[in-house]
Amino acid sequence: MMQEPVIEVDNVTVTRNQQVVLESITFQVRKGDFFAIIGPNGAGKSTLVRAVLGLVPCDSGEILLFGSPANPESRARIGYVPQTHVFDFSFPITVHEMVLTGRMGRKKGIFRRYTDEDHIAANNALSRISADLLGTRPVKALSGGERQRVLIARALAGDPDILILDEPTVYVDTPTEEHFYELLSSLSKEITIVMITHDIGVVSRHVNRVACLNRRLYMHDSDQLTSDMITSTYGCPVDIITHGDVPHRVLERHEEGS
Amino acid sequence: MIEAFAFEFFRSAIIAGLLASVICGIIGSYVYVRHMISVAGGISHAAFGGIGLGYLLGADPLAGALWFTLGIAALIWGLVERAKEHIDTLIGAFWAGGMAFGILCLSLTPGYTPDLFSYLFGNILLVAPGHLVMMTLLGAFVLLLFLIFYPVLQALAFDAEYAAISNLPVRGLHLMILALIAVSVVVLIQVVGIILVIALLTLPAAIARPFSKTLRGMMIRATLISMFLTTCGIFLSWIFDIPSGSTIILLGVTVYLLVLGGSNISRSCMKDIQNSDF
Repeated sequence: MMQEPVIEVDNVTVTRNQQVVLESITFQVRKGDFFAIIGPNGAGKSTLVRAVLGLVPCDSGEILLFGSPANPESRARIGYVPQTHVFDFSFPITVHEMVLTGRMGRKKGIFRRYTDEDHIAANNALSRISADLLGTRPVKALSGGERQRVLIARALAGDPDILILDEPTVYVDTPTEEHFYELLSSLSKEITIVMITHDIGVVSRHVNRVACLNRRLYMHDSDQLTSDMITSTYGCPVDIITHGDVPHRVLERHEEGS
Repeated sequence: MIEAFAFEFFRSAIIAGLLASVICGIIGSYVYVRHMISVAGGISHAAFGGIGLGYLLGADPLAGALWFTLGIAALIWGLVERAKEHIDTLIGAFWAGGMAFGILCLSLTPGYTPDLFSYLFGNILLVAPGHLVMMTLLGAFVLLLFLIFYPVLQALAFDAEYAAISNLPVRGLHLMILALIAVSVVVLIQVVGIILVIALLTLPAAIARPFSKTLRGMMIRATLISMFLTTCGIFLSWIFDIPSGSTIILLGVTVYLLVLGGSNISRSCMKDIQNSDF
């Protein structure tokens, strides 16, 4: 049975500084999806995420969250995991305090304070990423992989229905990355996940739907990743390298404008 | 040394230093972690325009500075939010523009030429009792706002984008922060003068930073450090008959360099320990 759509992007165009960054983007994310959007650097991936979150205005088209235009309530149901490198990790804040900030979106008004319930939610979020012991550490003392995971904990603290991750594995090493995707796979059983990545290798193994973005979006309602798809997205032939025992999928032809 | 307390102006100076320290610790730490030191510098120099205007209109120069810096803070906010102007460019314009306006006002003030030196470099030994009341009120105001809004301001400072997604009124909070910087700067001008304000905002926070795990801890430590620096500075300037503002700042720079050197040494020691086989 087809699940209900939770994010609907309908014919969205975004221009910045007179340049078309996103052109006529249309896709849906349905409840329970583990959805990947792949594309090269400068393809507009982060802009697309920011548009969905309401941080970037659309020139035309419409974005619906849970069936209606974005509002404070629907935005509070999204857990956003930004790229780690945009952060100032030298900021004096403990992991627990940082994860707590993920509860802010569930509150209203200007006089927001944390309650016992918020502290419990923050602790639970750290448990879900198996990082119970990190709570008292200052964020400055975290490794790259730990930083990535606590950012997920912050998003989980808000008890979201959708997790949106922007390039989650850019700055982590391969074993950490593998561990990280296992974590995401287990989370995807409970929660809808949208992941932006330039990392083609991971896509086929963990996700159930793929879209390719390079200003335009090439949508495929399956987990098939074709060489044509990648070639048209990246604008040049790309070798997909797999090693013997790594599970990989047979490639399917991509049709322009589908 | 103790006999100095017999003089009212000396007691006022010590109290003014302690009051200013509360502001230094709180606002200084916040400005430091948000990398807004140049914003504070711009607003403090622009305050000179308000002082000049106060003299020209025959009003209290510090009250003039307070309203003037609040106006500048609102203007910077409006131009950044509405006109999307770069904050660096605005700071440059208001920094020099405010000082130029102040000098112009003073040259137009008939007769009396005020002691510019004490506004530029501060003289805490000349704090008037009326100003002490104003400093107490402003200090209490800053402290109260941070007590009320601490969770919100912490979230905003750590990740402004996430704060926006969390539906926090980010623009309004930015205006509040700029206004608080303006208020603080006027209080600190009393202690160290316009030119040295940035140092007094930055140094206690920078000294506290390596020892602090949380923003709250950093604010408390920076307040205590600032209290130590201003009190010692005032005593030293009394004993050796040297300017109070520069004594406080030079003391702060010395402590800062010692801490910096100390933490570098301890870090390289740690490296040696990790690299050694035994």
